[in-house]
Amino acid sequence: MKSWIAFWNILAKDVRSYYLKPPNISWGLLFPLVWITMFFIRSGLGMDKLPDLLPGLVALSILFGTTSVLSVTVTFEKKGRSFERLLLAPIPLGLLMLAKTSGAILFGTINAFVPILVAMLLTDLPTVNWHILISAIVLLAISSTFLGLFIAVSVKEVFEAQTFSNFFRFPMIFLCGLFFPVASLPIFLRPLPYVLPLTYGADILRGSMTGTNIIPLGLNFLVLAGFCAVLFYISLRNINRKWIT
Amino acid sequence: MTKQVSNKTSDNKKSLIDVVRLTKTFEDITAVNDISFSLNQGDIFGFLGPNGAGKTTTINMLTGLSRPNSGTIKVAGLDCDKNPKAAQHLIGIVPDESNLYPELSGFDNLCFCASLYGIHKKERRKRAEELLQTFGLKEAANRKFGGYSKGMKRKLTIAAGIIHRPPILFLDEPTTGIDVASARQIRQLISDLNSDGTTIFLTTHYIEEAERLCNRIAFIVKGRIARIDTFENLMRQTQEQYVVQFSFQEATDKACENILTAFPDLHCQNSPGGVRVKSYHPIRVGPLVRLLEDNGIEVSEARKIHPTLEDVFVKITGIEVGIMKKEKEKMKMGDNA
Ligand SMILES: Nc1ncnc2c1ncn2[C@@H]1O[C@H](COP(=O)(O)OP(=O)(O)OP(=O)(O)O)[C@@H](O)[C@H]1O
Ligand SMILES: [Mg+2]
Repeated sequence: MKSWIAFWNILAKDVRSYYLKPPNISWGLLFPLVWITMFFIRSGLGMDKLPDLLPGLVALSILFGTTSVLSVTVTFEKKGRSFERLLLAPIPLGLLMLAKTSGAILFGTINAFVPILVAMLLTDLPTVNWHILISAIVLLAISSTFLGLFIAVSVKEVFEAQTFSNFFRFPMIFLCGLFFPVASLPIFLRPLPYVLPLTYGADILRGSMTGTNIIPLGLNFLVLAGFCAVLFYISLRNINRKWIT
Repeated sequence: MTKQVSNKTSDNKKSLIDVVRLTKTFEDITAVNDISFSLNQGDIFGFLGPNGAGKTTTINMLTGLSRPNSGTIKVAGLDCDKNPKAAQHLIGIVPDESNLYPELSGFDNLCFCASLYGIHKKERRKRAEELLQTFGLKEAANRKFGGYSKGMKRKLTIAAGIIHRPPILFLDEPTTGIDVASARQIRQLISDLNSDGTTIFLTTHYIEEAERLCNRIAFIVKGRIARIDTFENLMRQTQEQYVVQFSFQEATDKACENILTAFPDLHCQNSPGGVRVKSYHPIRVGPLVRLLEDNGIEVSEARKIHPTLEDVFVKITGIEVGIMKKEKEKMKMGDNA
Protein backbone atom coordinates (compact mmCIF):
# COMPACT_ATOMS: atom_id res chain seq x y z
CA MET A 1 0.00 0.00 0.00
CA LYS A 2 2.72 2.43 1.03
CA SER A 3 4.66 1.65 -2.11
CA TRP A 4 1.61 2.42 -4.22
CA ILE A 5 1.32 5.89 -2.72
CA ALA A 6 4.89 6.41 -3.86
CA PHE A 7 4.18 4.86 -7.24
CA TRP A 8 1.20 7.09 -7.89
CA ASN A 9 2.96 10.27 -6.80
CA ILE A 10 6.07 9.59 -8.87
CA LEU A 11 3.84 9.07 -11.90
CA ALA A 12 1.77 12.17 -11.17
CA LYS A 13 4.86 14.31 -10.71
CA ASP A 14 6.37 13.14 -14.00
CA VAL A 15 3.14 13.76 -15.86
CA ARG A 16 2.95 17.28 -14.46
CA SER A 17 6.64 18.12 -14.77
CA TYR A 18 7.37 16.59 -18.15
CA TYR A 19 4.46 15.23 -20.11
CA LEU A 20 1.99 18.08 -19.70
CA LYS A 21 4.54 20.71 -20.70
CA PRO A 22 3.50 22.59 -23.87
CA PRO A 23 6.54 21.61 -25.97
CA ASN A 24 5.89 17.99 -25.19
CA ILE A 25 2.21 18.11 -26.01
CA SER A 26 2.76 19.89 -29.27
CA TRP A 27 5.57 17.51 -30.18
CA GLY A 28 3.39 14.55 -29.38
CA LEU A 29 0.38 15.82 -31.32
CA LEU A 30 2.05 17.58 -34.20
CA PHE A 31 4.55 14.95 -35.06
CA PRO A 32 2.09 12.26 -36.20
CA LEU A 33 0.06 14.88 -38.10
CA VAL A 34 3.12 16.06 -39.96
CA TRP A 35 3.98 12.49 -40.87
CA ILE A 36 0.51 11.89 -42.25
CA THR A 37 0.57 15.01 -44.38
CA MET A 38 4.04 14.25 -45.61
CA PHE A 39 3.12 10.77 -46.72
CA PHE A 40 0.13 11.95 -48.64
CA ILE A 41 2.01 14.65 -50.43
CA ARG A 42 4.86 12.32 -51.29
CA SER A 43 2.83 9.34 -52.32
CA GLY A 44 0.09 11.15 -54.19
CA LEU A 45 -2.36 8.54 -52.95
CA GLY A 46 -6.02 9.15 -52.29
CA MET A 47 -7.73 9.24 -48.94
CA ASP A 48 -8.99 5.71 -49.43
CA LYS A 49 -5.41 4.46 -49.04
CA LEU A 50 -5.17 5.98 -45.58
CA PRO A 51 -5.97 2.73 -43.74
CA ASP A 52 -2.95 1.14 -45.42
CA LEU A 53 -0.63 3.79 -44.04
CA LEU A 54 -2.27 3.99 -40.64
CA PRO A 55 -0.42 1.10 -38.94
CA GLY A 56 2.89 2.74 -39.78
CA LEU A 57 1.77 6.12 -38.48
CA VAL A 58 0.46 4.66 -35.27
CA ALA A 59 3.70 2.78 -34.71
CA LEU A 60 5.74 5.92 -35.31
CA SER A 61 3.61 7.99 -32.96
CA ILE A 62 4.12 5.46 -30.21
CA LEU A 63 7.80 5.03 -30.83
CA PHE A 64 8.56 8.74 -30.82
CA GLY A 65 6.11 9.60 -28.08
CA THR A 66 7.65 7.16 -25.64
CA THR A 67 11.37 7.05 -26.33
CA SER A 68 11.98 10.75 -26.77
CA VAL A 69 10.61 11.84 -23.41
CA LEU A 70 11.71 8.96 -21.27
CA SER A 71 15.33 8.71 -22.27
CA VAL A 72 15.68 12.42 -21.63
CA THR A 73 13.84 12.61 -18.33
CA VAL A 74 15.45 9.65 -16.61
CA THR A 75 18.89 10.70 -17.79
CA PHE A 76 18.15 14.28 -16.84
CA GLU A 77 17.07 13.41 -13.30
CA LYS A 78 20.07 11.15 -12.92
CA LYS A 79 22.38 14.00 -13.84
CA GLY A 80 20.60 16.46 -11.56
CA ARG A 81 20.93 13.97 -8.72
CA SER A 82 17.23 14.03 -7.90
CA PHE A 83 17.10 10.42 -9.04
CA GLU A 84 19.17 9.61 -5.95
CA ARG A 85 16.26 10.64 -3.82
CA LEU A 86 14.17 7.96 -5.50
CA LEU A 87 16.90 5.37 -5.04
CA LEU A 88 17.11 6.28 -1.35
CA ALA A 89 13.38 5.80 -0.81
CA PRO A 90 12.11 2.47 0.50
CA ILE A 91 10.52 1.44 -2.79
CA PRO A 92 11.45 -1.80 -4.56
CA LEU A 93 13.55 -0.98 -7.61
CA GLY A 94 11.18 -2.71 -10.00
CA LEU A 95 8.18 -0.73 -8.80
CA LEU A 96 10.20 2.49 -8.88
CA MET A 97 11.13 1.95 -12.51
CA LEU A 98 7.56 1.03 -13.40
CA ALA A 99 6.49 4.33 -11.86
CA LYS A 100 9.13 6.18 -13.86
CA THR A 101 8.01 4.51 -17.10
CA SER A 102 4.22 4.56 -16.70
CA GLY A 103 4.07 8.19 -17.76
CA ALA A 104 5.78 7.38 -21.03
CA ILE A 105 3.55 4.36 -21.61
CA LEU A 106 0.45 6.51 -21.10
CA PHE A 107 1.82 9.25 -23.29
CA GLY A 108 2.70 6.81 -26.08
CA THR A 109 -0.73 5.20 -25.91
CA ILE A 110 -2.52 8.52 -26.13
CA ASN A 111 -0.24 9.58 -28.97
CA ALA A 112 -1.21 6.51 -30.94
CA PHE A 113 -4.79 7.69 -31.11
CA VAL A 114 -3.92 10.98 -32.78
CA PRO A 115 -3.41 9.51 -36.27
CA ILE A 116 -6.34 7.15 -35.72
CA LEU A 117 -8.68 10.02 -34.87
CA VAL A 118 -7.44 12.05 -37.81
CA ALA A 119 -7.98 9.08 -40.11
CA MET A 120 -11.47 8.57 -38.74
CA LEU A 121 -12.30 12.17 -39.54
CA LEU A 122 -10.96 11.94 -43.07
CA THR A 123 -12.15 8.53 -44.13
CA ASP A 124 -14.00 5.38 -43.09
CA LEU A 125 -11.99 2.79 -41.25
CA PRO A 126 -13.72 -0.35 -42.41
CA THR A 127 -12.63 -3.46 -40.61
CA VAL A 128 -10.72 -2.44 -37.54
CA ASN A 129 -10.59 -5.01 -34.77
CA TRP A 130 -10.53 -2.61 -31.83
CA HIS A 131 -9.70 -5.14 -29.15
CA ILE A 132 -6.61 -6.29 -30.90
CA LEU A 133 -5.68 -2.78 -31.97
CA ILE A 134 -5.84 -1.37 -28.47
CA SER A 135 -3.94 -4.29 -26.94
CA ALA A 136 -1.31 -3.88 -29.63
CA ILE A 137 -1.02 -0.16 -28.99
CA VAL A 138 -0.55 -0.68 -25.26
CA LEU A 139 1.94 -3.48 -25.69
CA LEU A 140 3.86 -1.53 -28.29
CA ALA A 141 3.90 1.49 -25.97
CA ILE A 142 5.27 -0.67 -23.16
CA SER A 143 7.96 -2.26 -25.30
CA SER A 144 9.15 0.96 -26.82
CA THR A 145 9.11 2.64 -23.39
CA PHE A 146 11.28 -0.11 -22.02
CA LEU A 147 13.54 0.29 -25.02
CA GLY A 148 13.79 3.96 -24.04
CA LEU A 149 14.56 2.95 -20.47
CA PHE A 150 17.21 0.55 -21.66
CA ILE A 151 18.80 3.42 -23.57
CA ALA A 152 18.44 5.83 -20.66
CA VAL A 153 20.27 3.57 -18.24
CA SER A 154 23.01 2.77 -20.71
CA VAL A 155 24.24 6.34 -21.07
CA LYS A 156 25.46 9.18 -18.87
CA GLU A 157 24.61 12.34 -20.78
CA VAL A 158 21.31 13.67 -22.07
CA PHE A 159 22.71 14.18 -25.56
CA GLU A 160 23.98 10.60 -25.57
CA ALA A 161 20.47 9.44 -24.78
CA GLN A 162 19.18 11.32 -27.80
CA THR A 163 21.87 10.07 -30.13
CA PHE A 164 21.59 6.55 -28.89
CA SER A 165 17.82 6.49 -29.16
CA ASN A 166 17.98 7.72 -32.76
CA PHE A 167 20.49 5.01 -33.40
CA PHE A 168 17.71 2.58 -32.54
CA ARG A 169 14.70 4.44 -33.83
CA PHE A 170 15.51 5.27 -37.40
CA PRO A 171 16.78 1.86 -38.54
CA MET A 172 13.76 0.36 -36.79
CA ILE A 173 11.36 2.49 -38.78
CA PHE A 174 12.84 1.35 -42.05
CA LEU A 175 13.38 -2.25 -41.11
CA CYS A 176 10.08 -3.00 -39.37
CA GLY A 177 8.29 -3.80 -42.60
CA LEU A 178 5.78 -0.98 -42.45
CA PHE A 179 7.09 1.13 -45.26
CA PHE A 180 9.01 -1.48 -47.22
CA PRO A 181 7.97 -5.10 -47.00
CA VAL A 182 10.59 -7.20 -45.25
CA ALA A 183 10.78 -9.38 -48.33
CA SER A 184 11.99 -6.44 -50.41
CA LEU A 185 15.03 -5.84 -48.19
CA PRO A 186 18.48 -6.96 -49.39
CA ILE A 187 18.98 -10.55 -48.34
CA PHE A 188 21.66 -9.79 -45.72
CA LEU A 189 19.31 -7.35 -43.95
CA ARG A 190 16.34 -9.67 -43.87
CA PRO A 191 17.01 -11.32 -40.48
CA LEU A 192 17.41 -7.90 -38.86
CA PRO A 193 13.71 -6.92 -38.60
CA TYR A 194 13.08 -10.00 -36.51
CA VAL A 195 15.25 -8.76 -33.63
CA LEU A 196 13.33 -5.47 -33.46
CA PRO A 197 10.21 -5.18 -31.31
CA LEU A 198 8.61 -2.70 -33.69
CA THR A 199 8.38 -5.34 -36.43
CA TYR A 200 6.04 -7.48 -34.35
CA GLY A 201 4.02 -4.52 -33.07
CA ALA A 202 3.63 -3.18 -36.60
CA ASP A 203 2.50 -6.57 -37.81
CA ILE A 204 -0.28 -6.71 -35.19
CA LEU A 205 -1.36 -3.19 -36.05
CA ARG A 206 -1.58 -4.17 -39.70
CA GLY A 207 -3.46 -7.32 -38.81
CA SER A 208 -5.99 -5.44 -36.72
CA MET A 209 -6.61 -2.73 -39.30
CA THR A 210 -6.28 -4.42 -42.66
CA GLY A 211 -6.00 -8.10 -41.82
CA THR A 212 -2.68 -8.37 -43.65
CA ASN A 213 -0.38 -9.57 -40.88
CA ILE A 214 2.51 -11.82 -41.92
CA ILE A 215 3.19 -13.49 -38.56
CA PRO A 216 0.37 -15.14 -36.56
CA LEU A 217 -1.07 -12.62 -34.10
CA GLY A 218 -0.55 -14.87 -31.06
CA LEU A 219 3.13 -15.24 -31.86
CA ASN A 220 3.41 -11.49 -32.37
CA PHE A 221 1.94 -10.79 -28.94
CA LEU A 222 4.16 -13.41 -27.34
CA VAL A 223 7.35 -12.06 -28.87
CA LEU A 224 6.42 -8.48 -28.00
CA ALA A 225 5.70 -9.43 -24.39
CA GLY A 226 9.03 -11.22 -24.36
CA PHE A 227 10.77 -8.06 -25.56
CA CYS A 228 9.11 -6.10 -22.74
CA ALA A 229 10.21 -8.56 -20.09
CA VAL A 230 13.79 -8.83 -21.34
CA LEU A 231 14.29 -5.08 -21.83
CA PHE A 232 12.87 -4.30 -18.38
CA TYR A 233 14.95 -7.01 -16.75
CA ILE A 234 18.17 -5.82 -18.38
CA SER A 235 17.41 -2.21 -17.45
CA LEU A 236 16.83 -3.12 -13.80
CA ARG A 237 20.04 -5.09 -13.74
CA ASN A 238 21.91 -2.16 -15.25
CA ILE A 239 20.48 0.25 -12.69
CA ASN A 240 21.35 -2.11 -9.90
CA ARG A 241 24.89 -2.49 -11.17
CA LYS A 242 25.66 0.99 -12.43
CA TRP A 243 23.63 3.35 -10.25
CA ILE A 244 24.02 1.56 -6.94
CA THR A 245 27.78 1.52 -7.38
CA MET B 1 6.05 -3.89 10.77
CA THR B 2 9.39 -2.42 11.65
CA LYS B 3 11.72 -5.13 12.76
CA GLN B 4 14.04 -3.67 15.33
CA VAL B 5 16.58 -6.02 16.73
CA SER B 6 18.49 -4.52 19.56
CA ASN B 7 22.10 -5.18 20.37
CA LYS B 8 23.11 -4.15 23.82
CA THR B 9 26.45 -2.47 24.02
CA SER B 10 28.69 -2.07 27.00
CA ASP B 11 27.07 1.17 28.09
CA ASN B 12 23.68 -0.49 28.00
CA LYS B 13 22.26 1.49 25.10
CA LYS B 14 20.63 0.05 22.03
CA SER B 15 23.06 -0.03 19.17
CA LEU B 16 21.33 1.17 16.01
CA ILE B 17 24.08 0.94 13.44
CA ASP B 18 26.85 -1.62 13.43
CA VAL B 19 29.55 -1.41 10.82
CA VAL B 20 32.25 -4.04 10.72
CA ARG B 21 35.37 -3.97 8.54
CA LEU B 22 33.77 -1.96 5.77
CA THR B 23 35.86 -1.45 2.62
CA LYS B 24 35.08 0.28 -0.64
CA THR B 25 37.35 0.69 -3.63
CA PHE B 26 36.87 2.60 -6.85
CA GLU B 27 39.18 1.27 -9.53
CA ASP B 28 42.59 2.09 -8.02
CA ILE B 29 41.42 4.18 -5.03
CA THR B 30 40.51 2.68 -1.69
CA ALA B 31 37.95 5.25 -0.59
CA VAL B 32 37.01 3.48 2.64
CA ASN B 33 39.52 1.11 4.13
CA ASP B 34 38.48 -1.47 6.70
CA ILE B 35 36.49 0.73 9.06
CA SER B 36 34.36 -0.44 11.97
CA PHE B 37 32.13 1.57 14.29
CA SER B 38 28.73 1.56 15.86
CA LEU B 39 26.10 4.14 16.70
CA ASN B 40 23.96 3.90 19.78
CA GLN B 41 20.44 5.11 19.99
CA GLY B 42 20.42 8.81 20.82
CA ASP B 43 23.96 9.48 19.60
CA ILE B 44 25.07 12.41 17.57
CA PHE B 45 27.96 10.69 15.92
CA GLY B 46 30.47 12.93 14.17
CA PHE B 47 32.48 11.73 11.21
CA LEU B 48 35.28 14.23 11.02
CA GLY B 49 37.81 14.32 8.22
CA PRO B 50 39.37 16.29 5.36
CA ASN B 51 38.41 16.21 1.66
CA GLY B 52 38.41 12.81 0.11
CA ALA B 53 38.62 11.05 3.47
CA GLY B 54 35.73 8.78 2.56
CA LYS B 55 32.89 10.42 4.50
CA THR B 56 30.35 10.58 1.69
CA THR B 57 31.33 7.14 0.46
CA THR B 58 30.59 5.76 3.92
CA ILE B 59 27.18 7.46 4.05
CA ASN B 60 26.36 6.13 0.59
CA MET B 61 27.06 2.60 1.71
CA LEU B 62 25.02 2.98 4.89
CA THR B 63 22.02 4.44 3.07
CA GLY B 64 21.84 2.09 0.12
CA LEU B 65 23.31 4.18 -2.68
CA SER B 66 26.45 2.13 -2.86
CA ARG B 67 27.57 -1.41 -2.16
CA PRO B 68 30.66 -2.19 -0.10
CA ASN B 69 33.39 -4.45 -1.46
CA SER B 70 33.58 -6.17 1.89
CA GLY B 71 32.39 -5.80 5.44
CA THR B 72 28.98 -5.84 7.05
CA ILE B 73 26.42 -3.12 7.80
CA LYS B 74 23.56 -3.58 10.19
CA VAL B 75 20.96 -0.88 10.67
CA ALA B 76 18.51 -1.65 13.47
CA GLY B 77 19.57 -5.25 13.11
CA LEU B 78 18.77 -5.40 9.39
CA ASP B 79 21.48 -6.62 7.00
CA CYS B 80 22.23 -3.76 4.65
CA ASP B 81 25.43 -4.87 2.97
CA LYS B 82 23.63 -7.57 1.00
CA ASN B 83 20.31 -5.78 0.61
CA PRO B 84 21.05 -2.05 0.45
CA LYS B 85 17.32 -1.23 0.64
CA ALA B 86 16.61 -3.22 3.80
CA ALA B 87 16.59 -0.32 6.26
CA GLN B 88 15.68 2.60 4.03
CA HIS B 89 12.32 3.09 5.74
CA LEU B 90 14.18 3.85 8.98
CA ILE B 91 16.55 6.49 7.72
CA GLY B 92 16.48 10.06 6.53
CA ILE B 93 19.24 11.46 4.37
CA VAL B 94 20.44 15.01 3.86
CA PRO B 95 23.04 14.84 1.09
CA ASP B 96 25.95 17.27 0.74
CA GLU B 97 24.34 18.75 -2.37
CA SER B 98 20.62 19.17 -2.60
CA ASN B 99 18.79 16.60 -4.68
CA LEU B 100 15.34 18.18 -4.61
CA TYR B 101 13.44 19.19 -7.74
CA PRO B 102 14.22 22.74 -8.90
CA GLU B 103 10.98 23.00 -10.89
CA LEU B 104 8.75 22.22 -7.88
CA SER B 105 7.88 24.65 -5.10
CA GLY B 106 9.21 24.13 -1.58
CA PHE B 107 5.84 22.86 -0.45
CA ASP B 108 5.44 20.46 -3.39
CA ASN B 109 8.96 19.15 -2.89
CA LEU B 110 8.20 18.27 0.71
CA CYS B 111 4.87 16.65 -0.16
CA PHE B 112 6.50 14.63 -2.91
CA CYS B 113 9.27 13.42 -0.60
CA ALA B 114 6.69 12.43 2.01
CA SER B 115 4.78 10.43 -0.59
CA LEU B 116 7.91 8.39 -1.34
CA TYR B 117 7.62 7.09 2.22
CA GLY B 118 3.97 6.18 1.77
CA ILE B 119 2.52 9.05 3.80
CA HIS B 120 -1.10 9.88 3.00
CA LYS B 121 -2.05 13.16 1.36
CA LYS B 122 -3.65 14.84 4.34
CA GLU B 123 -0.77 14.07 6.64
CA ARG B 124 1.77 15.01 3.97
CA ARG B 125 0.35 18.48 3.66
CA LYS B 126 0.12 18.98 7.39
CA ARG B 127 3.68 17.81 7.96
CA ALA B 128 5.02 19.94 5.10
CA GLU B 129 3.38 23.06 6.49
CA GLU B 130 4.67 22.29 9.94
CA LEU B 131 8.24 21.89 8.70
CA LEU B 132 8.12 25.01 6.53
CA GLN B 133 7.10 26.88 9.67
CA THR B 134 9.88 25.33 11.78
CA PHE B 135 12.52 26.12 9.19
CA GLY B 136 11.33 29.66 8.63
CA LEU B 137 10.44 28.99 5.01
CA LYS B 138 6.75 29.70 5.19
CA GLU B 139 6.95 32.77 2.96
CA ALA B 140 8.87 30.84 0.33
CA ALA B 141 6.61 27.79 0.44
CA ASN B 142 5.10 28.39 -3.00
CA ARG B 143 8.23 29.60 -4.71
CA LYS B 144 10.20 27.27 -6.95
CA PHE B 145 13.03 25.49 -5.15
CA GLY B 146 15.40 26.38 -7.99
CA GLY B 147 15.15 30.05 -6.98
CA TYR B 148 16.00 29.49 -3.30
CA SER B 149 19.21 30.83 -1.80
CA LYS B 150 21.87 28.39 -0.67
CA GLY B 151 20.85 28.53 2.98
CA MET B 152 17.17 28.13 2.14
CA LYS B 153 17.99 25.18 -0.08
CA ARG B 154 19.93 23.51 2.67
CA LYS B 155 17.11 24.02 5.15
CA LEU B 156 14.50 22.60 2.81
CA THR B 157 16.78 19.64 2.09
CA ILE B 158 16.97 18.97 5.81
CA ALA B 159 13.20 19.31 6.11
CA ALA B 160 12.81 16.80 3.26
CA GLY B 161 15.18 14.44 5.08
CA ILE B 162 13.05 14.37 8.23
CA ILE B 163 9.57 14.59 6.71
CA HIS B 164 8.85 10.92 7.48
CA ARG B 165 10.16 11.25 11.06
CA PRO B 166 13.03 8.78 10.62
CA PRO B 167 14.63 7.39 13.80
CA ILE B 168 18.05 7.74 12.15
CA LEU B 169 19.22 10.81 10.24
CA PHE B 170 22.31 11.11 8.05
CA LEU B 171 23.63 14.60 7.44
CA ASP B 172 26.50 15.09 5.00
CA GLU B 173 28.25 18.38 5.83
CA PRO B 174 25.04 20.21 6.71
CA THR B 175 26.64 23.62 7.29
CA THR B 176 29.32 23.77 4.60
CA GLY B 177 29.10 26.82 2.39
CA ILE B 178 26.36 28.74 4.21
CA ASP B 179 26.53 31.84 6.38
CA VAL B 180 27.21 31.87 10.10
CA ALA B 181 23.67 32.70 11.20
CA SER B 182 22.07 29.97 9.09
CA ALA B 183 24.71 27.50 10.21
CA ARG B 184 23.89 28.26 13.83
CA GLN B 185 20.22 27.80 13.17
CA ILE B 186 20.87 24.46 11.51
CA ARG B 187 23.03 23.28 14.40
CA GLN B 188 20.25 24.22 16.77
CA LEU B 189 17.77 22.24 14.70
CA ILE B 190 20.05 19.21 14.69
CA SER B 191 20.41 19.47 18.42
CA ASP B 192 16.62 19.74 18.87
CA LEU B 193 16.00 16.73 16.64
CA ASN B 194 18.41 14.76 18.74
CA SER B 195 16.66 15.83 21.95
CA ASP B 196 13.45 14.52 20.41
CA GLY B 197 15.06 11.11 20.04
CA THR B 198 16.58 11.07 16.54
CA THR B 199 19.93 9.34 16.27
CA ILE B 200 22.23 11.38 14.08
CA PHE B 201 25.18 10.55 11.87
CA LEU B 202 26.92 13.75 10.87
CA THR B 203 29.91 14.28 8.64
CA THR B 204 31.81 17.51 8.85
CA HIS B 205 35.18 19.05 8.38
CA TYR B 206 34.41 21.80 10.90
CA ILE B 207 36.00 20.75 14.13
CA GLU B 208 34.01 23.27 16.15
CA GLU B 209 30.83 21.77 14.79
CA ALA B 210 31.77 18.29 15.92
CA GLU B 211 32.84 19.74 19.25
CA ARG B 212 29.57 21.57 19.75
CA LEU B 213 27.18 18.87 18.59
CA CYS B 214 28.61 15.39 18.83
CA ASN B 215 28.82 13.07 21.78
CA ARG B 216 30.92 10.55 19.86
CA ILE B 217 33.46 11.35 17.21
CA ALA B 218 35.46 9.41 14.64
CA PHE B 219 38.45 10.97 12.91
CA ILE B 220 38.64 9.63 9.39
CA VAL B 221 41.67 10.19 7.19
CA LYS B 222 42.36 8.57 3.83
CA GLY B 223 39.60 6.04 4.29
CA ARG B 224 40.76 4.87 7.69
CA ILE B 225 39.44 5.71 11.13
CA ALA B 226 42.35 7.21 13.00
CA ARG B 227 40.51 7.38 16.31
CA ILE B 228 37.03 6.94 17.59
CA ASP B 229 35.86 7.86 21.05
CA THR B 230 33.46 9.89 23.13
CA PHE B 231 34.04 13.60 23.17
CA GLU B 232 35.06 13.49 26.86
CA ASN B 233 37.64 10.76 26.32
CA LEU B 234 39.14 12.56 23.37
CA MET B 235 39.47 15.76 25.37
CA ARG B 236 40.93 13.99 28.37
CA GLN B 237 43.89 13.02 26.27
CA THR B 238 44.93 16.61 25.72
CA GLN B 239 44.42 17.78 29.24
CA GLU B 240 47.79 16.21 29.89
CA GLN B 241 49.39 18.74 27.61
CA TYR B 242 50.21 22.28 28.65
CA VAL B 243 49.99 25.07 26.14
CA VAL B 244 50.88 28.75 26.49
CA GLN B 245 50.26 31.35 23.83
CA PHE B 246 52.72 34.27 23.69
CA SER B 247 51.64 37.33 21.77
CA PHE B 248 54.15 39.92 20.56
CA GLN B 249 54.04 43.65 19.93
CA GLU B 250 55.69 43.15 16.57
CA ALA B 251 55.74 40.16 14.32
CA THR B 252 58.91 38.06 14.36
CA ASP B 253 59.92 34.61 13.17
CA LYS B 254 62.91 34.31 15.49
CA ALA B 255 60.99 33.54 18.71
CA CYS B 256 60.79 29.77 18.35
CA GLU B 257 64.44 29.56 17.44
CA ASN B 258 65.37 31.46 20.61
CA ILE B 259 63.10 29.41 22.83
CA LEU B 260 64.19 26.04 21.50
CA THR B 261 67.88 26.91 21.85
CA ALA B 262 67.41 27.74 25.52
CA PHE B 263 64.76 25.15 26.37
CA PRO B 264 65.21 22.20 24.03
CA ASP B 265 62.57 20.03 25.74
CA LEU B 266 59.72 22.43 24.87
CA HIS B 267 57.68 22.37 21.64
CA CYS B 268 57.20 25.66 19.86
CA GLN B 269 55.24 26.68 16.81
CA ASN B 270 54.35 29.99 15.20
CA SER B 271 50.78 31.11 15.63
CA PRO B 272 48.93 34.29 14.63
CA GLY B 273 50.49 37.26 16.47
CA GLY B 274 53.08 35.17 18.30
CA VAL B 275 54.06 31.63 19.21
CA ARG B 276 52.50 28.69 20.94
CA VAL B 277 54.63 26.71 23.41
CA LYS B 278 53.68 23.19 24.42
CA SER B 279 55.01 20.78 26.99
CA TYR B 280 54.01 17.70 28.94
CA HIS B 281 55.08 19.53 32.14
CA PRO B 282 53.77 22.79 33.52
CA ILE B 283 55.37 25.71 31.71
CA ARG B 284 56.96 28.52 33.72
CA VAL B 285 56.15 31.69 31.90
CA GLY B 286 58.63 34.08 33.63
CA PRO B 287 61.91 32.70 32.24
CA LEU B 288 60.41 32.50 28.75
CA VAL B 289 59.25 36.12 28.79
CA ARG B 290 62.65 37.27 30.05
CA LEU B 291 64.44 35.26 27.38
CA LEU B 292 62.27 36.73 24.63
CA GLU B 293 62.63 40.28 25.89
CA ASP B 294 66.40 39.84 26.19
CA ASN B 295 66.34 38.96 22.50
CA GLY B 296 64.47 42.15 21.66
CA ILE B 297 61.02 40.61 21.31
CA GLU B 298 58.43 42.54 23.26
CA VAL B 299 55.82 40.22 24.78
CA SER B 300 52.36 41.78 25.07
CA GLU B 301 50.54 38.78 26.50
CA ALA B 302 51.15 35.24 27.79
CA ARG B 303 48.05 33.17 28.11
CA LYS B 304 47.36 29.58 29.06
CA ILE B 305 45.46 27.83 26.29
CA HIS B 306 42.84 25.25 27.04
CA PRO B 307 43.14 22.50 24.51
CA THR B 308 40.32 22.08 22.04
CA LEU B 309 39.18 19.19 19.91
CA GLU B 310 41.26 20.77 17.19
CA ASP B 311 44.42 20.02 19.15
CA VAL B 312 43.33 16.45 19.59
CA PHE B 313 42.62 16.16 15.89
CA VAL B 314 45.99 17.59 14.92
CA LYS B 315 47.76 15.35 17.37
CA ILE B 316 46.06 12.17 16.24
CA THR B 317 45.93 12.72 12.51
CA GLY B 318 48.93 14.96 11.98
CA ILE B 319 46.77 17.14 9.73
CA GLU B 320 46.91 20.88 10.21
CA VAL B 321 43.37 22.13 10.52
CA GLY B 322 44.04 25.37 8.64
CA ILE B 323 45.05 23.40 5.59
CA MET B 324 41.86 21.35 5.74
CA LYS B 325 39.66 24.41 5.89
CA LYS B 326 41.46 26.27 3.16
CA GLU B 327 41.22 23.34 0.77
CA LYS B 328 37.53 23.06 1.44
CA GLU B 329 36.93 26.74 0.74
CA LYS B 330 38.95 26.49 -2.44
CA MET B 331 36.82 23.58 -3.53
CA LYS B 332 33.62 25.46 -2.80
CA MET B 333 34.81 28.47 -4.74
CA GLY B 334 35.75 26.21 -7.62
CA ASP B 335 32.24 24.77 -7.52
CA ASN B 336 30.66 28.18 -7.74
CA ALA B 337 32.87 29.49 -10.48
N1 LIG C 1 32.07 7.24 -7.75
C1 LIG C 1 33.38 7.35 -7.53
N2 LIG C 1 34.27 6.95 -8.45
C2 LIG C 1 35.60 7.04 -8.22
N3 LIG C 1 36.15 7.53 -7.10
C3 LIG C 1 35.32 7.95 -6.13
C4 LIG C 1 33.89 7.89 -6.29
N4 LIG C 1 33.33 8.38 -5.16
C5 LIG C 1 34.34 8.73 -4.35
N5 LIG C 1 35.55 8.48 -4.92
C6 LIG C 1 36.86 8.72 -4.32
O1 LIG C 1 36.85 8.19 -3.02
C7 LIG C 1 37.54 9.04 -2.13
C8 LIG C 1 36.62 9.44 -0.99
O2 LIG C 1 35.61 10.30 -1.47
P1 LIG C 1 34.45 10.88 -0.58
O3 LIG C 1 33.55 11.62 -1.46
O4 LIG C 1 33.88 9.78 0.24
O5 LIG C 1 35.22 11.87 0.38
P2 LIG C 1 34.63 12.89 1.45
O6 LIG C 1 35.28 12.56 2.75
O7 LIG C 1 33.16 12.90 1.41
O8 LIG C 1 35.22 14.26 0.93
P3 LIG C 1 34.57 15.72 0.90
O9 LIG C 1 34.90 16.36 2.20
O10 LIG C 1 35.27 16.38 -0.23
O11 LIG C 1 33.10 15.58 0.65
C9 LIG C 1 38.03 10.21 -2.95
O12 LIG C 1 39.38 9.97 -3.29
C10 LIG C 1 37.16 10.18 -4.17
O13 LIG C 1 37.85 10.68 -5.28
MG1 LIG D 1 31.71 14.36 0.98
